[in-house]
Amino acid sequence: MHRLPDTYHALKVDAQKCIGCTHCMQSCPTEAIRIRNGLAVIDKKRCVDCGQCLRACPAKAIFVEQDDLDKIKSFKYRVALFPAVTIGQFPENISENQIYDALLKIGFTHLYELEQPIGFLKDSIKEYCRKDKKARPHISTFCPSVVRLIQIRYPSLLDNLIPRKAPHDLGAHLALEQLQNQGAQRDEIGIFYITPCIAKISSVKSPLGEKESIVDGVINMNVLYNKVRKNIRTTDIPDTSDRRETLTRDGILWSLTRGEARHFGERSMAIDGIHNVIRFLERLENEEVPDIDFLELRACDQSCAGGNLTAGNRFLTVERLEHRAKRYESSSKFKDHPIQRLAPKLKSKLISDPIDAKPVFILDRDREKALEKMSKMQRIICFLPGIDCGACGAPNCQALAEDMVNQKAKMSDCVFLQQTWQEENKISTSKALKNMEKKWGKDRFKADCNKRGRRNEGF
Amino acid sequence: MELNFSIEGGDFTQAGQASSRVKKVLKQLGVDPKCIKSIVIALYEAEVNVVAHAHRGQIRIQIEKDKIITIIEDEGPGIPDIALAMQEGFSTASKKVREMGFGAGMGLPNIKKNTNELQIDSVVGESTTVKMVNYF
Repeated sequence: MHRLPDTYHALKVDAQKCIGCTHCMQSCPTEAIRIRNGLAVIDKKRCVDCGQCLRACPAKAIFVEQDDLDKIKSFKYRVALFPAVTIGQFPENISENQIYDALLKIGFTHLYELEQPIGFLKDSIKEYCRKDKKARPHISTFCPSVVRLIQIRYPSLLDNLIPRKAPHDLGAHLALEQLQNQGAQRDEIGIFYITPCIAKISSVKSPLGEKESIVDGVINMNVLYNKVRKNIRTTDIPDTSDRRETLTRDGILWSLTRGEARHFGERSMAIDGIHNVIRFLERLENEEVPDIDFLELRACDQSCAGGNLTAGNRFLTVERLEHRAKRYESSSKFKDHPIQRLAPKLKSKLISDPIDAKPVFILDRDREKALEKMSKMQRIICFLPGIDCGACGAPNCQALAEDMVNQKAKMSDCVFLQQTWQEENKISTSKALKNMEKKWGKDRFKADCNKRGRRNEGF
Repeated sequence: MELNFSIEGGDFTQAGQASSRVKKVLKQLGVDPKCIKSIVIALYEAEVNVVAHAHRGQIRIQIEKDKIITIIEDEGPGIPDIALAMQEGFSTASKKVREMGFGAGMGLPNIKKNTNELQIDSVVGESTTVKMVNYF
């Protein structure tokens, strides 16, 4: 168990690979990216770890830090804590037993699909929604990107968030409880969370609404996928079904779109895709939506099946999981199962602390100065062309104006403005070129067939 | 600082443009989220009123360090009995407008609830002017 500083963000830019194009910057839903000296720079305060930039990058220059798989060797009990979508990554001819077997071969000693016993989390959320009347609709905290988005951009909706932890906490507590009951010491147990997305890495490294993370390491799903594929055995496959004893249909479907929404409230909605979520939250904040009880919001299209660290096609993943779920019982069938003994203890661990606002779009803490900056921005906007080309290193003209009033950019950063200044002899051609090189890197504008970013066709 | 918008009567898809813009600005000024919410709700209702009842309208917004003043002027039928229009559930909206989910008679009462000062002046058959003030 470890404590990390303030807000950890998993996304990093590889300066060697970044070609200084504008794809990531244009795709970012919170305008967190700027280009400086020919490289993408991510503003940590604004980043919500949605991974849109990682998907948009043609050079694979945006990457995530992760723990080395070898780290598991330092523990006596090595738990692989993985979401049901992991199974959905593989083609149907590879069975659950084969995947479980390969995970054991890699070196894990205990395997937990983390959405179990999902009934505990489901009941806990239901109880909260029934009691809490202060803010509706209740919004799920399942997706950490959505929670961060609400923190920075929609603080008026913080009261709507359901203070319950994620399924990985549930799975981790179950694993700990069962191993410790068998006599294992906490420091002998290493819990490794296999994640389908970047946001979950950040939420494990700097948890929202809890003091410290229960997980000892994080492994990217696509890295693990390759390892498992290599270790698939085709003969003498052991039966591992006892390891999935408390897995339910509801658990398998939980991380897919409507996986939560189907269980809560008379009227519930599920929205996936970060841009869709933003458009909806704008409306919700304006009270332009009908009486909804429960909102499930997920940053990725097709929810976790479309996670940015997954290996499979998201639609095929959904299909396999829905097909798989039919073979499992609903969580309501587990009412008399011995696992219920653990219900009070595990449920008490699922309650999270309230989540605070982190408004990052304020121009200045001093209202008067903020107003001044705002008026200045309005005047600057009159001079900018409104093309939103990104050639200034900011995603659009409005963002450039904002950077200017915050002393992070200047008028000459606009290539069109600079062009007209040359025409009016206000600036020399060589000075103008130097300005552009400062933003986009030296020699960027010389003819060179081997230049970085020369071939961007085909994405 | 000042913000100006114009609204076309009958174009429901455009209602909310001014309130969305104002919301963004107030967030950048660091105004309390609950206060922003009230302003946005009141402004949206006022926008819908113009769209639902009038031919066209103008919105003029002045933001100062401690308050926001919004003046919505429209050319339209006017309001014959303002006191009556302020009552919850009273509506003159056409069937067509109601079918679109508007015109429940909550507009003006909702504006009143969400503003610190509200002044409505109207000349029947000509225009309506709504002035709202919200303190931060």
